[in-house]
Formats: sequence, structure tokens, C-alpha cells
Amino acid sequence: MTARAVPDFPIIRTVGLSGMIVTFADGLSEPSNRATLAFRNHLEQLKWDGVLETSTSLASVYIRFDPGDVDHDRLRTQLQEQLDSRNWLQEALPLGRRFWRVPTVYGTDLAPQLAEAADAAGLSESQAIENLGAARVRVLTIGFAPGQPYLGPLGEEWDLPRQTELTPRVPRGALVLAIRQFVLFSAETPTGWRHVGQTGFMLFRPHSDRPFALQAGDELQFEPVSRSDFLKLRDRDEHMGGAMSQEIPA
Amino acid sequence: MSGLKVLKIGPAASVQDQGRPGLLDQGVSRGGAADLLALAEGAALLRQDPNLAALEMGGMGGTFEATGPLRIALTGAPMMAALDGSALAWNASHRMEAGQRLEIGAARRGVYGYLHLGGGISTEPVLCARATHVAAGLGRLVAPGDRLPAGRDAGGDTGMTLACEDRFGGGELRIVESFQSALFSPEVRARFAETEFRRGSRANRMGVEMLSEGAGFAAAGQLNILSEVIVPGDVQMTGDGKPFVLLREAQTTGGYPRIGTVLPCDLPKVAQAQAGAQLRFRWVTLEEGLSLQAKHEKALHALPGTCHPLLRHPGDISDLLSYQLVSGAVSAMADPFATGEDS
Repeated sequence: MTARAVPDFPIIRTVGLSGMIVTFADGLSEPSNRATLAFRNHLEQLKWDGVLETSTSLASVYIRFDPGDVDHDRLRTQLQEQLDSRNWLQEALPLGRRFWRVPTVYGTDLAPQLAEAADAAGLSESQAIENLGAARVRVLTIGFAPGQPYLGPLGEEWDLPRQTELTPRVPRGALVLAIRQFVLFSAETPTGWRHVGQTGFMLFRPHSDRPFALQAGDELQFEPVSRSDFLKLRDRDEHMGGAMSQEIPA
Repeated sequence: MSGLKVLKIGPAASVQDQGRPGLLDQGVSRGGAADLLALAEGAALLRQDPNLAALEMGGMGGTFEATGPLRIALTGAPMMAALDGSALAWNASHRMEAGQRLEIGAARRGVYGYLHLGGGISTEPVLCARATHVAAGLGRLVAPGDRLPAGRDAGGDTGMTLACEDRFGGGELRIVESFQSALFSPEVRARFAETEFRRGSRANRMGVEMLSEGAGFAAAGQLNILSEVIVPGDVQMTGDGKPFVLLREAQTTGGYPRIGTVLPCDLPKVAQAQAGAQLRFRWVTLEEGLSLQAKHEKALHALPGTCHPLLRHPGDISDLLSYQLVSGAVSAMADPFATGEDS
């Protein structure tokens, strides 16, 4: 059995008056993110009394509960029992996840920071497109804005710092990159991450039957297409921009 | 369908209810009314469900025309209000007839005033709520020409008022330690509670800036923590150690460290503090915090029972004619707002 990297983890702490957070690591790693997704999925299936909501960040699971239904000591004990029941860092990812292939134009006027990102990673533009277009990344967490995924991890060459200056606006569907992660924006926004690709994938459609396209744990590949093909796809399929998904087999 | 037509409106008016809890895993913060107590007070005055939506008016009200008979209630930050030119009491319920005009002016104290309709505002729910959440792309601010449709009103008394907890001038905020409090040294945490703050100019439904003299409140030796969940009331320290109290419309996750979490029952005081209002923080234990919050929730449930007629009157307060006489008597008083604020 693999020993835990830091003996203190996982740790349970309180959040405000009516929350607990279980943290698997103080940095992002594939196993800690996998443990986070697996543990949250497990808690959802347990359906404990008093638990109102769970969510994940990169390496933590948050549990919101009603202290009138389950007190802090009892919930902490229950969580500790579940943590002790197995090595969560070696758990498999939950079932029912989807794999998305998302047509993406890299560079051009539609994603103007590919060249500088490639340069910072020590690659040519065509190498960068090949590298990023072949990466199959996981939705590590969804947050900050509705339906907005943090995706990764990318290779170490992409451990680029955020820019010191914000880009005033990038459009919805922008694929941006920093610190070995992508973010795919669900709305127009300012950002300190570099805009390397553009998609026509709408992540959040509040008035539709399926308002949120992605779940934490889903996987995505941003497949390179030409600028003209991208524009055609976007015109033909205004919500998805040609993005297709299938369930990931067990 | 009865309701209000919006003739004029302030710059920060939106339909709000209790928001959308349960969507954190999809990056949607719960949002909802900045002052939930005001939402509950309006529901109590109209004897209706506190989950119904009302109009939240930031700083400034508007002018509205009734498209049919309506019950209304006015709560939250006290604002000048008049019906066809006759002053209306704040923290009270009233009746409007078709064609009557309601004018609501600037906040006299506090920030967010609320206009409630009998039956609630029945705009189309999105993701199971009517709360406007502009940053999330859910709804938009109310504009002139909009209609605010009223839901089906079970009816009931108007001309009622209730004692209003004064939360419009700053004051003490009770705060509990949270999962990142240990990132701040005990000295910094102690100094935080000894410091007099005033509300800064940067404030909206997402968060409120707190200003103070002297050194900031930096976390010890780390700046690169992972983004973690944000809950309403979290006191976040920006890079220069300046506190922001985050409200219900803040983003769902954030990377700035948080020194603690203000109790939910004290958040109306944060949202309603005007720029320059004096505020301070007092640490309480988790047990104290839970007991204070439970007491607050009990008081919320008891609100309907605390409503009473605006003025003692031999007639039936629910009778329209006698109600209008009462209304006239109120307007003749030196301070039509005294009913709500003095108690």
C-alpha cells in the first residue's frame, strides 16, 4: 500500500457555521483530485440525514449540512469513518462520466495568445497545437462561474504563471491556459490566463433542459480544426460548436 | 393579472427571493436577497410564504403603477414612500388600487429596500428560483417599462406593521473561525477583532470592502493556496491584507485566504451598511455561533405573530375605507418612518 504523501492528509475542518471540508492534499495532483471525486461520489450515494449539498474543489470535498439535523461531532465522526474505510488516493473514478471531443481553433485572431504560450513552453506553434490537441484532460473541478471547468493536468511544459496584467475580455467558449490547466469560459470575462484556443461549446444554458454540459470528472479533448471549419461548425451548431460526447466505459 | 408597471427605477433594482442553494457543484452561488431578514419581514406583514420573490432596490426606489388591486409591503432600508402623493409608512403593509402610483425615493439609512406584493412577484423561475443573479447570467436588473406580475394573493389584512431590528448603521459582526483561519497568526486574528472598520466604497451584492487604519491582515507566509469553496459571510483578505466580507452572490470558489466567517444572521448588517458606516468583528466560538443563529431562526419564524396594526383604530383595519383614514393619519405625522425604526 502506498503511504500518504503527507501524514496529515486527509484532514477534516469546519467551514463557517454549517459546513465541513475534507482535504486530500495541499496541492493539485492526479491522485488527490481522483480521491476528491471518488469521495464526493461516495458521500452522495450515502445520502446522510442532514447533509444538504456536497461539492468539490481541486483537492477538497465540501459538505453543507443542517446542524439542527446532524451535529458537528457526529458528522465529523461519520466522515472520519468513511475516510478510514479505504485508501481514497487509490480509488477509481466514479462511473457515468462522459468523454467530450470539442472542435477547437488554436491561435489566429480568434485565440491570439497561442504563440506567446507556445514560446513560454519552449515549443513551436505547430508543436503546441499538436501537444494541446492530443491532451485528454479531466474536469478537475467546476467553479468560479456557472458551469465553468478547470481542466488538467497538462504536461509540465505548460506550468506557465498567470499574466500580471488582465486581458480585459475573452469571449464565451475561450480556452485559456496557465499552471498546467485549461479553463473553458462559460461567459465573456476578463482573465489573467492566456487565450490559446477558441471553441463554440456553450457550457451553461440556464433555460434548457440540461442547463450544465459538464460534471466534475468528465474528460475532454480539444481537437484542432482550421479557422474556416471552426466558423462553419459554430454556424451549424450554435450551442455545441460540433462538440460530441459519449459515456466513458467502466 | 394584477401587478406593477415600472415607470421609473433606480440603478440597482432586481427581483430577489431566497436564491438557489444546491448548485455549488456547478459553480452557481446561491444569491438571493441581500437582506434575508427584510424578505422575511415582508412575508410576515403580508402573511405569506417567505420563499416568494420581492423587488430589491439598492439605494434608490422607483415609480410604479398598479395594474389591478394589490397588497404591498415595504421593508429593509427605510426609503421615502408615497401613494398618489400621500406618505406611506415603511415596515408596513398597504393596499393599492388599479391606476394608483407608488413612488419610492432614496434610502434614508441602509442600502437595500424591499417592495413586496401580495402573492409575491411571479416572474418565470429559472433553475427553480426567481432571484436575479446578474454575474451568473440569470436575469437582469429591472428597467423602466418592465412589469412585475403578482402571483395569486390569498388576501389578508393591510395596514400592519412590525418592529424592525435596526441593522442599517453598521455595528458588531459576530464571526467564527473557519478552515483557513489558522493561516493567520493568533496576533493577526486578535488585532482583527480590536480594529474599527468602516465600509469602503467597493460594495455590491457579491461582497463589501472593509477599511481600517494601520497594517493590513495578511496570512502568514503563503500566497499560493488552492482555490477552495466560498460560503456567504467569509471574510477574504486580498493580496494587500484588506478584508472583504463576501455575500451570497460571491463566486463559488476563490484563492484568497479567509480569516473567518460572519454568522448568517449578521449578514443583513453587512449588506445594509452604507459607505463609511462603522463596523467591528467579534470572535465567537462555534457553539456560541450556532446558538445565536438558532435564536435568530426562531425569531424569524415568530415574525408573523409580532405584526400589529399601524395605529389603534376602532374600525376594522382590513376595511378599505378605514384603512385609508389610517393612512392619512400616518402621513400627517412628523416622521412617517418612526413606527419601524424606534422599536
